[in-house]
Parts: sequence; structure tokens; C-alpha cells
Amino acid sequence: MTATQLKSTHSNTDYSSYSLSREASYRLKKNKMAMLGFWTLLALFLIAACTPWLAPYAYESQNLALGASPPSAQHLLGTDIHGRDLLTRLMYGSRVSLLVGFAATTVSLVIGVLWGTIAGYMGGRIDTVMMRIVDILYALPFMIFIILLMVVFGRSFLLLFLAIGLVEWLTMARIVRAQVLSVRKQEYIDAAIVTGLSHWKIIYRHVMPNILGPVIVYITLTIPNVILLESFLSFLGLGIQPPQSSWGVLISRGVESMEEYPWLLIFPGLTLSVTLFSLNFLGDGLRDALDPRTAKS
Amino acid sequence: MSLLEVSALTVDFDTREGVTNAVNSVSFTVDRGETLGIVGESGSGKTVCCNALMRLLPIPPATIKGRALFEGVDLLTRSESKLRSIRGRHIGMIFQDSMTALNPFTRIGQQIMEPLQLHYKTPKDLARKKALDLLQEVGIDTPEQRMDCYAHELSGGMRQRVMIAMALITEPDLLIADEPTTALDVTTQAQILTLLNELQQRRNIAMIFISHDLHVIKQIATRLLVLQKGCMVEHGHCAQVFAAPRHEYTKSLLNAIPEGEKPTHYRHEQPLAPNFLTIANASISFAGKPTPHLAVKDVSLSIARGEILGLVGESGCGKTSLAQSVVRLVDLEQGEITLQNKSLTSLKGKDLRLARKDMQMIFQDPFASLNPRMSIFEIIAEPLKLHGLATTKRSLREKVLALMCEVGLEANWAHKYPHQFSGGQRQRVAIARAIAVEPQLIIADEPVSALDVTIQAQILKLLLDLCWQYNISMIFISHDLAVVRYVADRIAVMQKGQIVELGNTEALLKNPHHHYTQKLLAARLS
Repeated sequence: MTATQLKSTHSNTDYSSYSLSREASYRLKKNKMAMLGFWTLLALFLIAACTPWLAPYAYESQNLALGASPPSAQHLLGTDIHGRDLLTRLMYGSRVSLLVGFAATTVSLVIGVLWGTIAGYMGGRIDTVMMRIVDILYALPFMIFIILLMVVFGRSFLLLFLAIGLVEWLTMARIVRAQVLSVRKQEYIDAAIVTGLSHWKIIYRHVMPNILGPVIVYITLTIPNVILLESFLSFLGLGIQPPQSSWGVLISRGVESMEEYPWLLIFPGLTLSVTLFSLNFLGDGLRDALDPRTAKS
Repeated sequence: MSLLEVSALTVDFDTREGVTNAVNSVSFTVDRGETLGIVGESGSGKTVCCNALMRLLPIPPATIKGRALFEGVDLLTRSESKLRSIRGRHIGMIFQDSMTALNPFTRIGQQIMEPLQLHYKTPKDLARKKALDLLQEVGIDTPEQRMDCYAHELSGGMRQRVMIAMALITEPDLLIADEPTTALDVTTQAQILTLLNELQQRRNIAMIFISHDLHVIKQIATRLLVLQKGCMVEHGHCAQVFAAPRHEYTKSLLNAIPEGEKPTHYRHEQPLAPNFLTIANASISFAGKPTPHLAVKDVSLSIARGEILGLVGESGCGKTSLAQSVVRLVDLEQGEITLQNKSLTSLKGKDLRLARKDMQMIFQDPFASLNPRMSIFEIIAEPLKLHGLATTKRSLREKVLALMCEVGLEANWAHKYPHQFSGGQRQRVAIARAIAVEPQLIIADEPVSALDVTIQAQILKLLLDLCWQYNISMIFISHDLAVVRYVADRIAVMQKGQIVELGNTEALLKNPHHHYTQKLLAARLS
């Protein structure tokens, strides 16, 4: 039964409750790949949250005598050169990576969407000033920006989210602004103005829903970016410190010893890939679900 | 044997919902020196029909059956590479939208010469000479300079002339013109039609002319083919069909043209309360280089309560800017607008938002004026909630459903989204949204131009009914004099930002004083 049929069967109900979000969640649930992505991500999050109780070993415990050993019954995914259990390190790493990935993306999402929407919607001088600020920040070398932040505020985990988010929002703002510019010219925005809606309501009710598609796609591209960026910062000593681990750190170590100990690259790589696939499926599903035009009727 | 013989042409589209039949067993012939007009509403398959002949349809999802013999060669079974030597060389095509059909990055001279160089390997200087001659022939003055222009530097009429030149340069035997004048102003439209007529006679070519506009077809076609839902319902000589249509659908098409005067039962007996809306010395300009563009120059107008004013003029004459300034989508540079003696020009912020309850707007394109992500219910409910006209969920639901009923929409469509509706139905939604707040003034900006003729008549009648019933004043903008005549009590003719003539509808049309009004009349009602 399609969404439409479902509704016409009890057509005397309250039409105002059929909002886009409700329709969208209905359509999302019909999309098997998107739901698979959703459940996989949820499972990953749960595992990350419960790692201290689930992990087979402590993340700093070493077994130097063992050295780098391939997967076995004791160590399901093998151990690294210091004899640390890879599964444990992956699980602890997921706490860092998922947190950084989603928190930093949220920071960039909030700032970028607000900034881009306001610039694109207001237009004129406000737009020019706001976008020049974005250009200036773009021109600032990323490393210098991060190091400056670290010098001023000291090294902290929270700052890592903030720093990455503060850099990633720039592209988001540009994408959002471009979308808003085209939506702004549509007649339904004029119609909303004539109706007497305030600017905030127009942005919230008419502009935002119509720019969601590209934003969602860009989010799914940002999250993996951020996860890898963290490993780069950690490599420079600006991110997390050993013996803590993250997927990015594990992968970059794994690359170094790819030929002797391939499992050190394969398993972290596989975990990241599964996460990204799930994200993409969920993102595509969300984009389609939020667009009433894709619904079969 | 005719130049083109099409027999039992059938086109099906394989969609997710199943197979849709776009063209169903259509047969016709076209000879040299004659024009076949194909008429029908949007979705009737007239464009698909011609695109199938040129094999411009994606296969799959389309499947084409039947035969189309062009000089004895079947176009439908020829290989793609052999077909390419016919396309452009023996069959030329003119498209509706000259802006998108011309390449914006190539000079137009280059584009006109291209088919010659491609099909005949003509040397460049010879091709250039031919292109120049042809530009002259299609009525472009100073062709030398125009050759080096880009598409956006030309006006719509000029671009259409360039397209015609492009189609004719290889001296084709058959010309397919798909709504070539629909995007043009009436006066330009008349020029292009005359040009096509002349060219066809002089060169003795066959032409297929697609249009939804019977006025246009009447002026150009020798024979007529009427399509309805992909089926051929009438086929015959143009004059014959117009004089004595046989099929019901043709009759309804012919009757749908809003012809004649405003129906008497919509006319006011007593003089109306004047100066309901006044526009005094309004000027509007837009930033531009090197000097700002003055769109509206010192216009003064006034409308009585319940009166319908038709605002007529070509595109770019400032009629839309003027109307938008009333609802404050555009700000006046000078002048003042008052509604019931309250100034609208000085309103700001919340006061302005509240004042908008009294004046609503209906837009031209019903596909762009509805938010695609809101259901019909939400669209109509939004203004009601905003202006506090429905406080409880229940009264909101009742009001929305009552409004939908009033504009002729079924109640159980409320949860549907705009893309599930046809153009006419969408325009009904837009009208319901506009009357939801019980406005006193409606600005209708070409509300029927994007609709099929049969739908046009329905929407016009709906607007007239509503205005009459609720005593709403309306500014009705249109480029189509026939439509305005049917709707308006008074007509204002605009040219280059100024009102050149203003008067009661019938008096003005019977005895136009300004030469521009005369030109408009001649172009449309000939």
C-alpha cells in the first residue's frame, strides 16, 4: 500500500498531521537499503557507547611477547606490533572517530546552513560581506588556523571538534547559499511574502525544506572527511595522543606496515568503509524520502 | 506520393507505473507548399509525435511503432548514422524556447553556419555569405553585426528569427516548428507568423506547425490535425474544421477561446465606490549598468471597490513591476500607493505583514508558485493560521476544505503534493490560497497564460465568480487582449513603463486612440 492509499482509507482524519516529516519517515522505512544503513550505524553507535563493558581487553594493555600476530581465537582481529588487541583498539577508536565525525559535522552544519541561508536570502550588501568573510577564512591555511586555535585555547578534545567544524562549515555555507539563491527566486517565496509571513518563517518553512537534498548529500561527504582529518591532526600531535586510538590513526599506522601485517590495515579500513556505505545509503534514502516528488503515487 | 507519409504512428512510454500511451495510431501526410497544423492541449502528444519522427526520444523508455516515409525512406527504421544526414539537412526544426535551444557560448553566426559546414562541407567564406543573406531574408537588419552577437544579446523575436535562419540554411524540404511563437509577445508573434508564411511560399517547403493556440493555427495552417490524449480526433482543411468542427473535442477547443465581451451578469449596475486603491506618480527603477533601468515612469491609477482592471502590454513594459509594487514585492522609487486611504508605501515590518491580509497575488506559473514540499492542505492552511482566521484544528480543517470546494478541488486531495496536480488544478490551489485571507484586492499576474485553452476559460470564470461574490477588486495582468476583454471592466495599456491608454473595456477596444493599442489589437484580433 502506498502512502497515499494508506491515507485515503481514513480520509476523515486530521489532514494537518500529514506533514512532510511524517511522510518522509514513512517513505524512509520503505527503503530497505536506507534502513540497513540506519541500523548498521545505530549498532556502531551502541557498540561505541558500550565499549568499556564490551571490549575484550583494556586498550592500553600490551603483550610485547606476542608482537604483531594475525587473527586468532584469543585476538579475533589480531594484535598490533606492541601486542595490543586490534578489536579493542578499533572499538575504542570508534568512540573518538564517530564522535569527531558527527559532532564536528553538526558544528559545520549548524554554522554553515545558518550562514549560507542568511547570506543567500538577504542578498545585497549583507550577502557580499558574509561571503567575503567566508573567502578570507578559506584563504587562511588550515594548519595555521588550527595551530593558532591550539595555541590560544590549549589542547583539548572539545577544541578538536570545534576546529574541524569551524573549517568544514565554509564549503557548507557556499553550497547552501547557492541553493538558497535559486530557491529565493521561485515564485512560491514571493507568494509567501505576499501572504504576510515573516522572513524567519519563510526561511524555516519554505527555503530550508527545499535545500535539504544537496545538504544531506554534502553531510554524507563531510563525515568521512572529518574522520580522516582527525587522523591527520593526530599525526601532527594536535589530535588524540597514544595510547588512545581512532580509526584514522589505526589506518595510517596500518598503511605503514601494510606488507608485513595486512590485517592491521584491512580491519580498520573495512570498518570505516562499512560506516561510509551505511552513511551513503541512509543519506540517499533521506534525500529521496524528503522529496515528495520521488514518491510513487 | 507526398513528401512525408506517416501511418499508424504509435509511441508508448515505459514508466514505473506501467506503460503510458503518448501517441496512438496517428496518420497524416504533408506535401510541399502546405502547412499542417497540429493542435492539442498540453500532454496531448503533439510534441512527442514530431520528436518521434526525428527520433529525438530516448529509447527506451519510449517505443515507437508505425511508419513514417520521408521521400520514400522510413525515418523510424533508418540507422542513427543515416538519419543524421537527414536531420538538419532535409528536415529542419524550430523549437519553442529560443533561449535554451541556442548555445549561449557560441556566436550566432557560427551556429547558423554550422549545419552548412557539417552537411555540405561548404567553405567558410561561402557559408558566411549564405548566412548573411538568410539573416537578411528573415528580417534581421545589420546582419553583419548580428553575426558576432551571442544569443543573450538578442531579443526574443530576433532569437526566433535566428533559429528560423538556422533551420532554413540547408534548404530543407520539411520544416517542423514546435510552438515557435508561444514565448513571444503578440506583436512579435504576428511578425514571425507572417515571416514563416512568406518563406514557405517562396521556397515551396512543407511545414508542420505545432501549437496549442487556435488563433495562431488559423493564421498559418492549410490543414489541421487535432490531437486529444494521443489520438487523432479531427483531420481536415483548416477553414473547414473552423467552420464546421465535427468532433466534440474540437468544438470544446473552439468554444473555449474566451471570445467577446465581459458577460453582462458580471457587470456592475451602479457606479462603484472610487479610489479604493490609488497609485500616484509611481516610478520604479532597477539597478543596472551604466544607468539604472527605469521600469515604471510616473504612473497614476485608481481602482474602485469591486472593479477589475486589465493591465495590458508586452513583456518588459513594466506591468508586472507596477503590480508587484502594490503588494510591496518591489519598492517604489517615487510616488505613493494607498489602499482605502491608508498609505501602503510607508509600511514596514509587522504592520506591512498585517496589511498583506488585504491584498493577495496570483502568479503566472502554477508550477513555481507552490512550494513542492508542502501538501495542498498546508499551503492553503498557512495564511489562515498566520492571520488568525482559524484558531482550532477543527475550524482550520473545515475552512481549508470549504476553500478547496469553492475553487473546485476535491476534499480528499488535501494531503497530496503540488506535483500530483495538473496546471489548472494547481492554479486553483493558488487561488484558494489567495482568497483564504478574505482579501479586498487581488493582483493576478498572467494567471491563465500557462494553461490550456479549455482550462483558461474555467479559471477565468472562477476568478470572475469569486471577485463578484466577495466584492474583490482585481488587477488582471495579461498580454492577451481577448482574455482581458472577457474579464476586465477597464483596461490600461502600458508601453515602456508608462500607461499610454486607459478606458472602459469596450470603448477602448472599439476606438483605440494610441497607435500602440491599435498595433496590439491588429496583432491579436486579426
